[in-house]
Amino acid sequence: MTALYRRLTAAFGPEVPGLLGFLALVILVFSLTAPNFLTGANFGSIAFQLPELGLLTLAMLMPIISGGFNLAIIYTANMAGLTLAFVLNQYGGVDAGIMPFLIGTILALLVGAASGAAMGAVIAYIGAHPILVSLAMMIFLRGLGEFLTKGGDISGFPPWMATLGHGTVAGIPVPLILFLACAVLWHILLTHTRHGFSVRMIGSNIRAAAYSGLHTKRTLVLIYTLSGVMCAIAGILMLSRFNSVRVGHGEALLLVTVLACFLGGVDPFGGFGRVLPVVIALIVLQVLSSGLNLMGANQHLSTAVWGLFLVGVMILRWGAGRISDHRRKGR
Amino acid sequence: MPRDPASAAPPDALRLRGIRKVFGGVTALDAVDFGVGAGEVHCLAGENGSGKSTLIKIVTGVYQPDPGAGIEIFGQTHTQITPTLARKAGIAVIWQDLALFPEMTVAENIAFETLLGNRPRWVSYARLRDTARAALARLDIDLDLEARLGDLPIAQRQIVAIARALVSDARLIFMDEPTASLTQSETDALLAVVRTLSDRGVAVVFVSHRLAEVLEIAARVTVLRDGRLVGVYPTEGMTQSRLSELMTGTSFAQAVTARDAAGPEVLRIENLSRAGEYDDISFTLHAGEVLGLTGLIGAGRTELCHSLFGMTRPDRGRILLNGEGLQLRSNRDAVAQGIAYVSEDRLALGLIQPQSIADNAVLSVLKRISGAGGLLSAQKKEATVSHWLRELAVKIGLPEDPVSTLSGGNQQRVVLAKWLATEPKVLLLDCPTVGVDVGARAGIFRIVRQLADRGLAILLVSDEVPEVFLNADRVLHMAGGRIIHQWDPRQTRLQDMEAAVYA
Amino acid sequence: MHSFLRAYPTEAKLFVVLILISTGLSLASPDFLTLVNVTSLLNNNAVNVIWAVGLLVVLIAGGIDISFAVAASVVQYLCVYAFAAIGGGNWAIGFLFAGTFGLALGLINAFLIHQFRIISIVVTISTFNAFFGLLMFFSSGRFLYNLPSWWSSRVILWEYQTASGTWAELILPVAVMAAAMFATWALIRRTTTGRQLYAFGDNPEGARRAGISIGRMQAIAFGWSGMMAGIAGLMQTQITKEVVPNALIGRELEVLAAVVLGGARLGGGRGSVLGCFLGVLLVAVTQNGLNLLGVSPYAFKMVVGIIILLAISTSNLDPSRLFRGAAR
Repeated sequence: MTALYRRLTAAFGPEVPGLLGFLALVILVFSLTAPNFLTGANFGSIAFQLPELGLLTLAMLMPIISGGFNLAIIYTANMAGLTLAFVLNQYGGVDAGIMPFLIGTILALLVGAASGAAMGAVIAYIGAHPILVSLAMMIFLRGLGEFLTKGGDISGFPPWMATLGHGTVAGIPVPLILFLACAVLWHILLTHTRHGFSVRMIGSNIRAAAYSGLHTKRTLVLIYTLSGVMCAIAGILMLSRFNSVRVGHGEALLLVTVLACFLGGVDPFGGFGRVLPVVIALIVLQVLSSGLNLMGANQHLSTAVWGLFLVGVMILRWGAGRISDHRRKGR
Repeated sequence: MPRDPASAAPPDALRLRGIRKVFGGVTALDAVDFGVGAGEVHCLAGENGSGKSTLIKIVTGVYQPDPGAGIEIFGQTHTQITPTLARKAGIAVIWQDLALFPEMTVAENIAFETLLGNRPRWVSYARLRDTARAALARLDIDLDLEARLGDLPIAQRQIVAIARALVSDARLIFMDEPTASLTQSETDALLAVVRTLSDRGVAVVFVSHRLAEVLEIAARVTVLRDGRLVGVYPTEGMTQSRLSELMTGTSFAQAVTARDAAGPEVLRIENLSRAGEYDDISFTLHAGEVLGLTGLIGAGRTELCHSLFGMTRPDRGRILLNGEGLQLRSNRDAVAQGIAYVSEDRLALGLIQPQSIADNAVLSVLKRISGAGGLLSAQKKEATVSHWLRELAVKIGLPEDPVSTLSGGNQQRVVLAKWLATEPKVLLLDCPTVGVDVGARAGIFRIVRQLADRGLAILLVSDEVPEVFLNADRVLHMAGGRIIHQWDPRQTRLQDMEAAVYA
Repeated sequence: MHSFLRAYPTEAKLFVVLILISTGLSLASPDFLTLVNVTSLLNNNAVNVIWAVGLLVVLIAGGIDISFAVAASVVQYLCVYAFAAIGGGNWAIGFLFAGTFGLALGLINAFLIHQFRIISIVVTISTFNAFFGLLMFFSSGRFLYNLPSWWSSRVILWEYQTASGTWAELILPVAVMAAAMFATWALIRRTTTGRQLYAFGDNPEGARRAGISIGRMQAIAFGWSGMMAGIAGLMQTQITKEVVPNALIGRELEVLAAVVLGGARLGGGRGSVLGCFLGVLLVAVTQNGLNLLGVSPYAFKMVVGIIILLAISTSNLDPSRLFRGAAR
């Protein structure tokens, strides 16, 4: 048992057991108090809601591990969705075939990558603070998006696209499959590639990383480019979930993604963070919100509980840190 | 009053007994007694890691000593010292890292003590400037009071720090390596001020590991080694070499390891110059050779290393590796060519402190530990790490532990492991023993010699003359950005070398 | 003048840019440099400036605050109920209540940051969510119109009828903005506490060694930010005449951008009240000018984003670093 525990924490991070405990506790409490909680329908709806926030959180994760931030994720996703929507509308809207969809998707991913790369380049080569650069990019993209759409919705997509947002394969929601695939990809990228290694080292000490011969500037550009691509995937999913694109869609999720990262044990100072604990943290947040929803509370109470929950977890971590310090001193 | 030869000394400014401080199992100070007379000029001597800095931090209340210590400041007994109490009692410190505020003006930095206190008061900038000007006048130095501190060169910041201590009407001033980056005339000015202070009854403690200029002004010297008190000695009749022996615990009768370089020429530097950093540098470095490079801080040693490592570009001159001219556009080019650089700033640049030992060890060889599909191979990583940790006899708990948990000596071995894994031809060692315990230094130099024996060409940079004297085959003396002399340690006396460098 | 340029290089640069843009706009549009337009610019941006000077203090002390705009909304609601409870109130009570409520919310941030050693961005993102969620939950998203009349009716401090018959006026928030700017300037430039805040943000370890109380610094910085947020919330109703729970959320990032544009630095130790004012004004003038030039309102923000991006890019440019080709 202890060997399993150690292997689990070594592979996925020391946060995992604690978060799983939290998840179990939350599920237990709600299954006792909320009547419809332990039902397939409820977990089905969680499975459909999770991926949107999840993909955006993955987009936020890599910059945070590198000691930065990407505040432009929502509008990058919106712009990518808009790109796909334009292409679909150009090629028949409701009657568009699969080719326009593929072309649109590729263009959407390129738009995401380009906005990320631009941010990464400014951060890496000019040395501006990531919060500011991404904030400026956020304001710019929002303006650009509103300019292009005149603040309205764009809709009229082929009906078969609903499969992407609402369909299931072998009983598993398609969005969930998409999210899990991206999460696995991100996990591999962060733990098993040179890029992921560099991301962590840059997050802890970018100058020492550069002294050791890492190409820190190229890595920074790549971090934000990949983050932009992940935003684009989220944007495409959002398009198919809502069957429309509006600039500002998902705005409220921006700081929730940061919250999910910190809840998942990502170091706010950078250098440390893993995908699995963040995914579990996302599930905890989503389960909390659905449980509260079933008990008659609205989304806003969930938002409040999320915030309080993060504070609580940070306090617990502070306490745990003090206890282990104490033990070390006592030894 | 144990071990105090000057029992006729004036009334005590400070008297500490049985100071002990343990950090997470490492004993930084063990039963140390320390006393300073009022108005006395005192030396606190010891190598890096001997516990000098810990002792000052205890005196100023930054650290609390472990229970059982006796503390007496100007005749008053205290159970503990807080920063406020230390300041009120008239104790001031000029920190080695200066503890200044780069974004604030020179005047504010100097008169910073007048800005302290929990009750808000109005700030008068005119009075602030007057205070600062008066303090600088006592140093006979003129600085632009409105300049942003961060824009000043390091030597002037040091002066600001000294002036800041003078402002607080201290009766006991600790100066932590105060002269390290001062020129001779600045040092002379400082010593003159110290004399004035001493005449007015202000005690000054010089904390240093290089004391040539200080011995002439101090009355007594307290020597620490490995966190223990070696003794308190009058400076009269004390010599540099005797003091060195006391500090290191080794006799300098110790053999120099220099010998003639046998291998072919690896690195040739021709007329290398970079404006404001170094000028017209030429030398050669052979396989199997340890070439020493010494000089004061600010002589341009580190700047030269940065250019050889591709971090900066020289304005003129050539770098030839194995006879071929190098155009280094970045340090990645240098690493690819087989040049490795161990930075003098291990904490900030040498290692990524929060990350694991294993990750730090493979930081420079990510390509080599990649396997199928470009993914990092856990087996290759593990093999590389364990090979080099064994090779360099690094004492660690787990490879997954943060590298910051290691001692200075073991950390430096991890730095070496990181670079040796790249299989370099040239190794640039910039002050490799900074912050390494005295006991562990010999181990580092043993490794350096072994590496040379295997054919590496090594440039050993150090501001500690004995280090290059004992461990290098040839020694270059750098001053003011130029190489001004070359020695063969076998045909030179250490005293002569030290006299030339520290003059 | 010379010493001003040296002490405030960013502010000076910003000032020049602002003058250039204003000159260009006044040439391009006859409506720009008119009394009516300038006063309405001030009226509409007073709240942003009040927030900005509050945030400035936090940034100087090396922290960041995301929660202030939401805190302002919370204070508005608390005020509505508090005024109702005491049977109306007046401006003196209003400032007292709004300031106190805001201060209390700010101190919650400071307590969490200091007591549990949590980095300020984590704490303020948490309290941002908690404040907003609780506000929306308890208010059920309802708008409140039935404000005390002293609060919702515009207090016009100065008015002037122009030749064309339109009225130029300055309303209370502008005076409060001036007072907030003056108070913040006095705090950070003229008191020892303010200089300690700079020192703490600049070199926390050096400040700690000098005996500066860190908990006190956090309390002052976040308390000030909270207090300004509360007062800004009180002033917002002078412009909107109603209280809407989700009206202010989202403004925090724009204010942050403006403050940083004005020379404050994430990481602490740098920033000025003048810079805050110029930063907010630059964004406002740009939007206003584009509006007068007949540019689509949707294009404003795009241009503002580009301007901020250019500003932070150029302010971080150090020519010596570019040309020397350091490998960092």
